[in-house]
Amino acid sequence: MNQDDLTSIAAQTKQSENRYDHVIKVCVAAGCLSANSEQVKTQLESELKQRGLETCCKVKGVGCMGLCAAGPLVSADANELMFQGVTPADASAVIDSVVDKKPAPAAIVMDSQLDFFTGQKKIVLENSGEIDPERVEDYIAADGYEALFHCITKLKPLGVIEQVTKSGLRGRGGAGFPTGLKWTTVAKAQGARKYVICNADEGDPGAFMDRSVLESDPHRVLEGMAIAAYAVGASKGFIYCRAEYPLAVKRLRIAIRQAENNGLLGMNIGDTHFDFKIEVRLGAGAFVCGEETALIASIEGGRGTPRPRPPFPAQEGLWKSPTLINNVETFANIPPIIRRGGDWFASIGTDKSKGTKVFALAGRVNNTGLIEVPMGITLREIIFKLGGGIPEGRRFKAVQSGGPSGGCVPEQYLDIPVDYDSLASVGSIMGSGGMIVMDETSCMVDVAKFFMDFCMSESCGKCVPCRVGTTQMHNILERITQGEAGPQDLDLLTRLTSMVKAASLCGLGQTAPNPTLTTLRYFMDEYRAHIEEGRCPAGICHPAKVEAEVGA
Amino acid sequence: MNNTAIEICTLIIENHECGGRADQTILEVAEENGIFIPTLCRLSGLSNIGACRMCLVEVKGMNKLMPACVTKVQEGMVVTVNNERLAEHRRLALEMLFSERNHICSVCVTNGHCDLQFLAQKLGVNHITMPYIHPLMPVDASHPRFLADHNRCILCTRCVRVCQEVEGAHTWDIMGRGTKARVITDLNRPWGESESCTGCGKCVQVCPTGALSEKGQAAGEMLKRRTFLPYLSMMREVGK
Repeated sequence: MNQDDLTSIAAQTKQSENRYDHVIKVCVAAGCLSANSEQVKTQLESELKQRGLETCCKVKGVGCMGLCAAGPLVSADANELMFQGVTPADASAVIDSVVDKKPAPAAIVMDSQLDFFTGQKKIVLENSGEIDPERVEDYIAADGYEALFHCITKLKPLGVIEQVTKSGLRGRGGAGFPTGLKWTTVAKAQGARKYVICNADEGDPGAFMDRSVLESDPHRVLEGMAIAAYAVGASKGFIYCRAEYPLAVKRLRIAIRQAENNGLLGMNIGDTHFDFKIEVRLGAGAFVCGEETALIASIEGGRGTPRPRPPFPAQEGLWKSPTLINNVETFANIPPIIRRGGDWFASIGTDKSKGTKVFALAGRVNNTGLIEVPMGITLREIIFKLGGGIPEGRRFKAVQSGGPSGGCVPEQYLDIPVDYDSLASVGSIMGSGGMIVMDETSCMVDVAKFFMDFCMSESCGKCVPCRVGTTQMHNILERITQGEAGPQDLDLLTRLTSMVKAASLCGLGQTAPNPTLTTLRYFMDEYRAHIEEGRCPAGICHPAKVEAEVGA
Repeated sequence: MNNTAIEICTLIIENHECGGRADQTILEVAEENGIFIPTLCRLSGLSNIGACRMCLVEVKGMNKLMPACVTKVQEGMVVTVNNERLAEHRRLALEMLFSERNHICSVCVTNGHCDLQFLAQKLGVNHITMPYIHPLMPVDASHPRFLADHNRCILCTRCVRVCQEVEGAHTWDIMGRGTKARVITDLNRPWGESESCTGCGKCVQVCPTGALSEKGQAAGEMLKRRTFLPYLSMMREVGK
């Protein structure tokens, strides 16, 4: 395939879609699928056929539209009409509304002008909810693979890296390492073979950004990886995806096959000398395999445990070769950066954090789902504008960003801008994008215990601070929630948090104390209430002391 | 002889000016210069994994603590081995190991020859401030000559490494995560039934604690043969 073929496929696809007066899009990403959206789609198709409308109206399965809580979601006519909670029985009402402009029942109509939708800025998710993730033609029609062709025919590898560096893109896996710098290091590293790895081992509880990208727009990730491979001089890539994402894996495999069949991956891509093949490797349920050195060990067939860095994977990675390893969302940002230029990307966001970030909004908030917002937006805007505030008029207490590695941000910091450095300054991290909102009915000690329990069970057991430290901290938190802890336990807990943070081998252990540290810092009164008064202010824990008093 | 030039670095470890080759680690150079850095998982001759975190040192200009056993020396490095913060971390790391499984020295086969015990004495850890976890771990006595007591294991993986890297048998490996992790033989079959074990005993000799031992040496096995005691007076008579 060459540039001309690409242009003609794009034109044909657009033309065949324009033949229809209406396109009804049904979300077939995991969230809506589990709420029966596949049957909604089939019902819509058969209903159209019955009415003889199949030539003027098309039904298309698309990726995630974001507001997962209201699924299954259906949209039509460039998203002017949106429907929520659609069941197969609603199919005829949807068609009436789209084709005959009859108003649909209020229960299924959704306001497409909700702040949830209008407050977003979509770069990574630009095709999510728009294209059919299982058709490469759809992706090509949305300017897909144009950036790759531009790179391999018009830019030198250094020119590609220059654009990425200029964009100011930082790693979206959580740590925020400058992507351009990483690419430069791998490009300059000496090695006969180099590898590109896409880290799709998303494991934070409540986070599903990467899954959604892979399910809704898999070709975007492949294109980003191919551009990276061209830039650093790699000819082989791996996508390490967790096995708990069967739909993402299925769509990735379909996308790889389509790309190979169309000469977009494989040998002599775009009739140039550039070769790049991608293989999917499945994780086996270990959270720690999201850590880059553990991930590499796992791909090599070993036990998924991290090793000390340096040497960094950029110097000595997969099978000791220089390896570029980036997160799904990072790769998904690459094609638009190349298409529109690094300067365009750098114009979005804040001084040190450029572009947008996808967040999975969850917990005690009205609109739960996936959002993409420009860096620098405040937490307050995310939670109260896009998220629609706290349900049932309850009071906001804290927001946890960055999953088990992140911290709880209390109300007084709601107006800080969301960027890597501001979140770090209040003890949390950007993380991969999980955002869990908590209200007055959440007990912060219980929250800290939950995340410590997670880290304790997911610690690989290699280094002492993480293996034993997380267990000891968990046991102390457990005793506090049960009202069995004394003031000396708080001292020990504080000592343990700083030791585990400083002395652990990899990121899992180094960040495991963060939820505890931030709750200790901002919600010490709740810890005290448990320990000194045997009382849980949120009424979640049942400290033994209270029961004893009641019994007496 | 290969002609590749070996870069020589000068660096400062604990206020001592030291010289080292660029392919040496901080630990190696420190040892050559008589500077003690505590280690547990490390054993000279095996690969280094940086897991026990005892050898963590501060390197000027780096915001993270570096494990001396795997960090290569660099020109102009300034390394701090002992200060209050590092002492606290080492103390807590040792306490964690003592709290994790059963390390009651008085009933241990390795009492007096134990690297963990030695380090605790050396670093002044004579009691621990955190609660014992002490899960009941299995004891594998299926091997005719050796014994594996998981209650004493600190998961340093010296046995795993010596078996793979020196003996070439790779009988030992690890299964499980977190505190549930433990060393296993073959695919978690009893040691005595292992088909890959050559019985060389290297794992027993490199084990820093009493987790792997030779049979017949446990405190409980030190039985005295006293059946002749009732006849002592008779024996004396005969001797007269």
